[in-house]
Order: sequence, then structure tokens, then C-alpha cells
Amino acid sequence: MRYAETGYNLEIDLARGNIERVETDPRDTELFLGGLGTSAKILWDRVPPETDPFSPDNLLIFSTGLLCGTPAPGANRTIVTTYSPQTLLMAYSMMGGFWAPELKHAGYDKVIFRGKSPNLVYLWINNDNVEIRDASHLQGKGAVETAELIKDELNDPKAQVAAIGLAGENRVYMASIEQGRSSASRLGIGAVMGDKGIKAIAVRGTKDINIARPAEFIELCNEVLQYIKVREEKPVPGVMPILAGLGSPQEMKLHDEKWHTENFMWGNSRTRRKDFWNKEVEKKWKESQENTRTRLVSCYNCPMKCGALISVPGISTYMMKCFSKLTYTMAAYSDLDFGFRIAQRATEYGVDGFSTPQVMAFGLELYEAGILTDQDMEGMPSDNEERFYWLLDRIVRREGIGDILADGTYWAAQKIGKGAEEYAHNNIKKHEQLPLKLSMLNPVYFLMYSTGEKINITQIEGQFPQAPFATMEEREDFVKDWIQVPDEKFKQYLLDWEFRGENSNPYYPTVQMSCEIVDWQETMHYIDDALGICAGLSSFPLKPPYHIHNYPTLISSGAGIDMDEAGLWQAAKRNRTLVRAINVRRGMRRADEKPPEDHWKKRFPELEEELLDTYYKFKGWNNEGIPTRETLQELGLDDVAEDFVQREIVKDAEDTPSDDISAGKEKE
Amino acid sequence: MTEEKTKKIIKTIKVDVDKCNGCRACEVICSAFHATPEYSSNNPARSRIRVIRDPLKDIYIPVYAGEYTPAECMGRDKYTIDGKEYDECAFCRASCPSRDIFKEPDSGLPLKCDMCESDPPLDEPLCVQWCLNDALTYEEREEDVEEEVEQEELEIGLEALADKFGLDKIMDTVARMSMKD
Repeated sequence: MRYAETGYNLEIDLARGNIERVETDPRDTELFLGGLGTSAKILWDRVPPETDPFSPDNLLIFSTGLLCGTPAPGANRTIVTTYSPQTLLMAYSMMGGFWAPELKHAGYDKVIFRGKSPNLVYLWINNDNVEIRDASHLQGKGAVETAELIKDELNDPKAQVAAIGLAGENRVYMASIEQGRSSASRLGIGAVMGDKGIKAIAVRGTKDINIARPAEFIELCNEVLQYIKVREEKPVPGVMPILAGLGSPQEMKLHDEKWHTENFMWGNSRTRRKDFWNKEVEKKWKESQENTRTRLVSCYNCPMKCGALISVPGISTYMMKCFSKLTYTMAAYSDLDFGFRIAQRATEYGVDGFSTPQVMAFGLELYEAGILTDQDMEGMPSDNEERFYWLLDRIVRREGIGDILADGTYWAAQKIGKGAEEYAHNNIKKHEQLPLKLSMLNPVYFLMYSTGEKINITQIEGQFPQAPFATMEEREDFVKDWIQVPDEKFKQYLLDWEFRGENSNPYYPTVQMSCEIVDWQETMHYIDDALGICAGLSSFPLKPPYHIHNYPTLISSGAGIDMDEAGLWQAAKRNRTLVRAINVRRGMRRADEKPPEDHWKKRFPELEEELLDTYYKFKGWNNEGIPTRETLQELGLDDVAEDFVQREIVKDAEDTPSDDISAGKEKE
Repeated sequence: MTEEKTKKIIKTIKVDVDKCNGCRACEVICSAFHATPEYSSNNPARSRIRVIRDPLKDIYIPVYAGEYTPAECMGRDKYTIDGKEYDECAFCRASCPSRDIFKEPDSGLPLKCDMCESDPPLDEPLCVQWCLNDALTYEEREEDVEEEVEQEELEIGLEALADKFGLDKIMDTVARMSMKD
């Protein structure tokens, strides 16, 4: 018997309309755990590196994590994996909600799509009955609307539906996949779904999920819940409210936005408004929030309340989470009421709440600079807020200027020319990032931004505080019950970390310490993304209930896989290295590994080089960021090592990089 | 016949729908607890508590499985509260032919909440323990059961039957029924 996982994937050939239920190899679970790990393995094995994201050969993989659907709190993430049309690298974007556990109960760990459907379809998975159904009547419908229509037409209100809106159908590069209160938004995976002609996947399951050693497993789950209770009652002192608790930043619960509105950038990630927040704004925004937020909601089997039901009078209800509350507001220099209103339309269209507002602000900036002309913007209203609606409508329909902007700021700037490139200033690897501009380089964040395979500033953070505590008393207080550290040395790093002087950014944490901190943080993320456990209860917040010390037993008692801390660390390293290998094979090199140029005002080129050198070495990669043969073999990734030699990515077994590698693959 | 008052423990799960975040942890832990062996599997479809959800309409009602009923009611009810229209029979706890909840998904056998009866007994049913948002809270109280009243009711009932069928027939029937046992 397979435990925690079902042991079966669904293989859907869209061109032929063929559906197969395929048993998976339990050894792959032992090596890659599941979720992102096993999906990366499938992508590596089956999709050649030269495959265009919109080629029928590209795969679109919807995956549960290893522990999804078990009683482990917060094990509900759906991990979607494919090649991104925007970065041309591997994309993995994730969503919470209720979809992944339902898929497990239907009897599958993953749904793997290949080919393209000749017409718009949706997939209906009802336990053993799986069918591809016509979706022509859903064409152009909103993502939320589509989910409701499908549930009605199937007469199954308990079905969970993941759907794309107009943006996905039109292959907009920031198209998301929406589901319940959640969405997989980043890197254009909704565009790949639309390209394949899939409007939605509805799933309903009523089968059991089995646990290997039940008593031990449930005991751990109870401990996790107890710890969540403790953390709810005892927020971390000395940090801003959104970092004090668990879950994703509690944007739906809190209304005090002083920190975000005065520290994050407005417009096209340009302007800091230091005295923005005042009593009047606070009163008005609080009203907007309280009048529209009907209920705080969670994902499957999680006590947190990171999302909310939003009902703006006169427009249909939708669900929101996290920071999309402010992205539209701040891009348009507007207010929260506008933010709630436009986000409703954006959610129905199915677009990424980070990239989209920035793309629109970018377009308007180009217009103000005279790079885009009245002719380009023909028909644009004069009112500022109306312009955002107008641009959103154009982008998702790929009409006029919208067709260019729909590819995101990087590709749009390439197409527009005339100096537009300067305005696409907030990207990493061609992908729009959080509108954050800071002063002093932070070495830990430099490494995470530059080398993170997720290509996303958000959600790569972890359990090491973002800034030092002011007093020794606060530091000592913080470390005294810091049970999550993999090694006691991290406590000392924090104790010694100062705001000013020798032990402060950018030279402290030291290069070596920075590598260790990043290694810890990303290891936890790779574990979460394989298990399907929400980062909000694990790798994202300070002092989370899941950590390296309780995960091994959770995995072994839940899934029946022998696991200890060293083994788990190794599995996470294997997954991290494999994802890197996929991107290396797609052409990613050291030259691509950099934060947005203006992310920090104070930059230290020599230190940054040293950070990259040391980090690569620490990871067992060569100086171009390519995993060495030795590293790959140690992880059992011998086939990757051989492939690198065969493709002349490395010249020989000595891992000397080839000379003729062009950094960053460009599209014609 | 005794006229003494007897004590009965009333177990109540108080449901505050306003506090429900819709996470369904109650369904998860209920189905895990009632698996054989305990916690060896889980499956909300087997749960004895279901969250009746219509997220976009802000409808989140945890409902417990009550008695099995072989026949559905003569008619159905449909509530609208504070402008929210609830499903037909939304608040009913019966495992009933009219709907698919509170039935084993494979056999169709009815499910019924047993308040997590176990030995040794738990402090609280597990759905309550796993609801960190306090949408579910547990209360136990003792109530005096007045046997007298029941006796009175029984006599009234029997008198009515005797009027209809005659006392002899009633006694025959009672005798026959007790032999069956």
C-alpha cells in the first residue's frame, strides 16, 4: 500500500483526448518526496530543454504535495509546474485552497497535461470517472464565474474547480490560475493552460488517504496545532505586525498599512511616500476594508485566516488574500476602495496581482514620457483610475497596446524600444517583482533574489529575521525559544547582528554566514513545496510550527518513508539542484543571477561577486552556477551529469564551463 | 415504577457559524478518528460533521450527523436568514434519502456523530479540539429527567390506543412484542 500519496498520476493527452491512470514509481517518492520534486523530475525526463513554452510538447503539471489531504494542518498546496513563457525558464507557482486534497481523495497525486486541445475544454475528475468536456460555452467567462457555472452544470457543489479567465485564454504572460480563495499566479502558468485549451479542472473525490503509522502521525499533528495556538497568543515582539504571527502576511485581518504604504513604492515601483499614512487615510481605508470584507477564510485544514471574502456593493463577490490588497491601489496612486474594486475584475480575468498593476503603471509611465503616444493609447480615458480599468481590459484581450503589454514589462520594453527598457526596471530574470526599493544591500536577500529558482521576491523569505533586533535583550529573548534552528550557530549570528558598525549589513552576516542562512531558508521551502505544506505555517514566518526537527518524523510516520534530518536535508538539496539543472539546461547562467538594478541604493560589486562565488561553491556548483558532476552524483542525479556533458554545458568531467554559452536564452 | 428524578448528561456542541473559517479541519479529524484502526486513514466523505459551504454566498455551517431516517420528510424546508438563502434542509442532521451527506461513500450506510465516544473518554470531541477558531465549542450539563412526566405521557398514549383498539388487543400485542425480544 502507498501511504500519504495515492501512487497514481493522471496523464492527459489533449490532442488525442486520451486519459490514462498511471502508477508511479515509489522510488521517485523516496528520492524527490513529491510535489515540486517529482514534478521537476518529470519535467527533466520528458520535456527537452529547447521546447517552447507554447509548444504542444511542453507539459503542464498540476501536483499535490506528499502530505496533501492528510490530517497535517496546512497540507493543501497545489504545485503547478511548466516552462514559463515570460522567463523561458521553469515555472513553479503554487496555490492553497481546496483543490489538491480533493485530487488526492479522487485517487491521484498529479494531473499531467501534454499536447493541445483543438477547442476549449475542461477536465472533470470524479473519482474513477475522468472526462474531457466541451468548454466552448465558458469561453470568455471569468475565472470565479467559470467555477460556479461548472459546479452548477455538474450539479456537484462539493467539486473544487481551478480555472483561468480571459487572460489565460489569450495567453497573457501574467495570467493566473484561480481556485477558491487562492491562485497560482506567477510566471504565466495560466497562459500555458490557455494555450493548451484547458479552461478549468474540476475535481471531486471520496476515497481514503492512508497513513503509515497513525498514532505517531496524529500526535505530531496535534503538537503542530498546539504550537499554532501558542504562537497566536504570543506574537514575536519587536517586529512589524505582519511578521509577528503565522500564515501569510495578515493583510485581510489588519488595517494598519502605515508600513506598506510608506515603505513600498507607488506607481511603477518608483515613488516612496514617507508621510502618506495619517489619521484621515487610516479612517477611510479601515472603512473600505470593514465594509467590504464579509468573512476571514482559510484554506483546507488550516486554522489560519489569510484570505477574505470581499463583497463590494454592486459588483460580484470574490476572495482575496495577502498583498493584492495594495498592489493595484499603489500602482495607481489611489485608495483602498479602488484596490478592492479593480481586484474583483482582475480576479475574474485571472491575472497576477503583482505583475499586472506594475505593467499598467509601466505603460502609463511610458505614455507620460512620450515613448508611448496618443496613437498607441487611442481611446484611453483621461481619469487616472479609469485608465487602469481601460488598460486591464486591453491587456487581457490583447487589444492594441494591450497586446504588447500582455507580455510583461521586459518583453514589452524590447518591442517598444525607444528607451523603454529603462522603465522595465523591477525585474529579475524578466519577471516583475515586489515594488520594494531599499537603501543598504542585505547579503542574505541579495543571494535569495539573485539565485532563487522561484524567481520571485515574495515567499522566498524564511525564519531568519529580516533585520537585526535593536537591543541585546530583545535578541536574547528571541533566541531563547528558537527551537526551529537547524544548528545553534544561527542563534549566535542573530545575537551578534547589529544595525550599525562592523557587525551590520552589508558585511554582516558574513559571506559564509549568509550562505548558511540562505541554505537553511531555501531548504525549508523545498521541503514544503514537495510536501504541499503551506509556507505560511513553515518556511515563511518566524518561529513556525513545522521545522527541520519535526518534519522527518512527520514524513516517516505519514508516508512510511525512512527519514531523518540528514536524509531530508539531502532530499531538499536534490530537488533544489534538479530545479537548478532544468534552468541551467534552459540556458540560465551566472550573468542572469542578479536583483533588480535599483533594488538597493548602496551596492557593493566586489562583495556581491564574493557572495555568488561562495554560495555557488557552498552549493556544489561551478562558477557559472552549474551543479558539478560530483554534486550531481552524490545526489544520485547521474543522468543529469551525463546530460550536461552530452549537451556540452560542461566541457568534460572537470566541470569547466563551455565558452560559447550565451547567458539567458532570448526569444526570437 | 419509581418517581425518582434521574440525572442525564446532555452533550452539546455549540456552533458559532460567524467564527467558521471554512477550513474543514473538523471533517478531517472526525473521519481520521473513526477510521479503523484509529487515524489510519481520513476522508471527509466519511465524516460525521460536514461544513455546508457556499463560500461566495458566505455560507459556512458545520452540521452534525444525527439519526438515520429511512424516509424523507413529507416536504422540505428552505431558510433565508439575513438575506442568505440556505440549501434545502441545510440545517437538518438526518442521514436521509433526500441527500448524499452522512453516508459512507462506498456502502451508503448511514453515519452518526457519537461525540467521539472512546475509552478513556476524550475531554472534548475532536472536531471541537481541532477548531482553533472556536466556531465549535463543547458544553456538558446535567439535566434532571422527570420519569413522572414520561409515565404520564405513556399512559395518555396507551389510553388513546386502548380506546381505538381495545385493551385486550393492546395487551396481546405487548405480549407478542416482548416475546420477540
